[in-house]
Amino acid sequence: MSKYWKEYQKEIADDNYFYVRSCIRQNFFPGAENLFIDILRNKLGKTVFEDADHTTCTGIGYHTDIVPLETTMTVVSRQFALMMEKGYENLVVSCVTSFGLYSEILDMWKHNPELKKKIAGYLAEATGRKFMEPKNMVHASDILYKYRNDIAAIAKHKLVNRHTGEPLKIVDHIGCHYAKTFPERGVGGAEFPQVLTGLITAWGGQTVDYPERRHCCGFGFRNYLVQENRGYSIAQSKIKLESMKPYEPDLMVANCPGCAMFLDRWQYTLEETEGSIYGARGRKIPVVTHEELAGMVLGYDPWEIGLQTHQVEVEDLLDKIGIDYNPELKYADRKGNLIGEPEMIQHHLC
Amino acid sequence: MLTEKKHTEPNQFRIAVIGSGPAGISAAISAAAIGMEVDWYDKESRPGGKLNDYHQLFPDREFADLVLDDFTGKADSIRIKKHFGTTITRIESANGQNVLYSNTEVVGRCDSVIVATGFDFFDARIKEEFGYGIYDHVITSPDLEKILKTGHDQLKKGGIAPESMAFVHCVGSRDQQIGINYCSRLCCITGIKQAIEIRELFPSCKVYNFYIDIRAFGSGYEELYRQAQEKYNIHFIRGRVSEASENQQNRIVVKAEDTLMARPLKVTVDWLVLLVGMVPSCTQVSVNQAQCSDPETGFYQLQNPFAGSGLEKPGIFSAGACGGPMSIPEAAASGRSAAIEAWQYLTSR
Repeated sequence: MSKYWKEYQKEIADDNYFYVRSCIRQNFFPGAENLFIDILRNKLGKTVFEDADHTTCTGIGYHTDIVPLETTMTVVSRQFALMMEKGYENLVVSCVTSFGLYSEILDMWKHNPELKKKIAGYLAEATGRKFMEPKNMVHASDILYKYRNDIAAIAKHKLVNRHTGEPLKIVDHIGCHYAKTFPERGVGGAEFPQVLTGLITAWGGQTVDYPERRHCCGFGFRNYLVQENRGYSIAQSKIKLESMKPYEPDLMVANCPGCAMFLDRWQYTLEETEGSIYGARGRKIPVVTHEELAGMVLGYDPWEIGLQTHQVEVEDLLDKIGIDYNPELKYADRKGNLIGEPEMIQHHLC
Repeated sequence: MLTEKKHTEPNQFRIAVIGSGPAGISAAISAAAIGMEVDWYDKESRPGGKLNDYHQLFPDREFADLVLDDFTGKADSIRIKKHFGTTITRIESANGQNVLYSNTEVVGRCDSVIVATGFDFFDARIKEEFGYGIYDHVITSPDLEKILKTGHDQLKKGGIAPESMAFVHCVGSRDQQIGINYCSRLCCITGIKQAIEIRELFPSCKVYNFYIDIRAFGSGYEELYRQAQEKYNIHFIRGRVSEASENQQNRIVVKAEDTLMARPLKVTVDWLVLLVGMVPSCTQVSVNQAQCSDPETGFYQLQNPFAGSGLEKPGIFSAGACGGPMSIPEAAASGRSAAIEAWQYLTSR
């Protein structure tokens, strides 16, 4: 039986993308966005433009009630103005929070054109700019989904355990703001999305469908950003990790930078606070982003794309897939100089 | 001066009945009993509509086949011209005459029409959080009805009886999120009846019914609800299910909130049954290019519900659940009523 809704398919532009980066992705996973651009430009032959004047979307400020809605809308209208000025119509958003926010704003403008007119006035007053809505707006993972088979055709590795010949068991986690607000804007909809499952299966892996698959990763802005509420955050991550544990997943992949961050980092915290480990054989479960997953199958150097910045070490995973790496260069800078190892990152074997 | 006598011989009137569920059957029988010439249409090749797929009927647990046999037996004993296997798509009405079309083809002409096209079940895939169409062990109430009718062994896994089963009330009813605000009225009692059947078939099976509030409005319904709790030990939990998912044993993990206990809960069951509501039929017939439907619900809109079952266009009447959620006895009564109203209309115009 199909594990996703075929009814929800969306239009994804073929080429000529205006790419907007994510505040948190470029901090948590500093190699991921450059990797994405490199794949699009140099592996798939697409045109991607980024604008140095692009700013935050204010998403986290908006969701924590720090930034008023009109301010957020004006900032977003400015991003659209930058895109229009450079002659692009197809917006590709790196961050799931931004993607959800842009979707929400476009929907509000659709139902309230007067509001859009008011924001256009604010933008003109503040910057002298005009804007147009994107003709096509997608999340970056949608582009990889669209070209998943092209990537498979040039891939150097498959998501297969080379020791057993079995497909890797992979947990997919979709950011809430990708499709839970607007199911029609996500490939496969809100509850049974296909966007990451499509990547996993096209590249030889197997999706793990576990009971808490659709549960929040634990980020939840108010849960995490208010320090007193962080217990809720880690409790949610724990629910997910406990639910997936019996399936012994080889890795997790997430299209939201916040989700990838928390599913990765909280494993360390849970081990330190409770001694709990959720992977097979007493190992934690590596977590990668959609760009990093693509980079791995395409044969990029794991340290070039930033896999050493993850809390859960990825060496076991690289060995399973058969990806070469130089352990000596894991913590080296681009010139090969060692920059020092972080503390307490060794495997904690049971 | 002589005046022309108004003709009131019933057989001078030709009436069309569209649909052959309980309302259509009753309308056709009643119109024929009055003496009118009846043309009876249905898109299927045999009469009965959804009644063909039901196992037992609430509240008395009568077998649906026997009820249907009774209906069709009466219909066979009276002169009715049947046109089964014909889908009427629209009616063109002018000057007291009605022309029936099946797409572009004219299939009949008549003096009056009773529309009894019934309802559709809500497409449970729209409430995607329940996983219908995704998980093999998430089914709907009409699915369960068919299973109960054709062989309940289908509910066993590897020959072993189910340990637990859950019913979710109000799937596609009273739900602003999907724009269906009305109550489908019959889902509660369907869930109660089916839960009892499961307990009778599998006495060790635990049964949970998740409800918003129980609307057991009909004669004998409340009694059946009480029986379900006292005699059959069915667990009624007040709370909406938020999500269903599957575990490694292909059992369904149900998350819900018990709003009386004010606690979230999680229960694992072998089958999850979604009690789907009634929605307007996709084969609703248009009249003079208009749908004649209530803008809120989509069911046929009666011109004056206090006065009768007539639609906005004179001479065209609605019978049964095409006008809104209705039980089988209510639909049958509605069909009989529509036949009498059509007769009154024809003799008084």
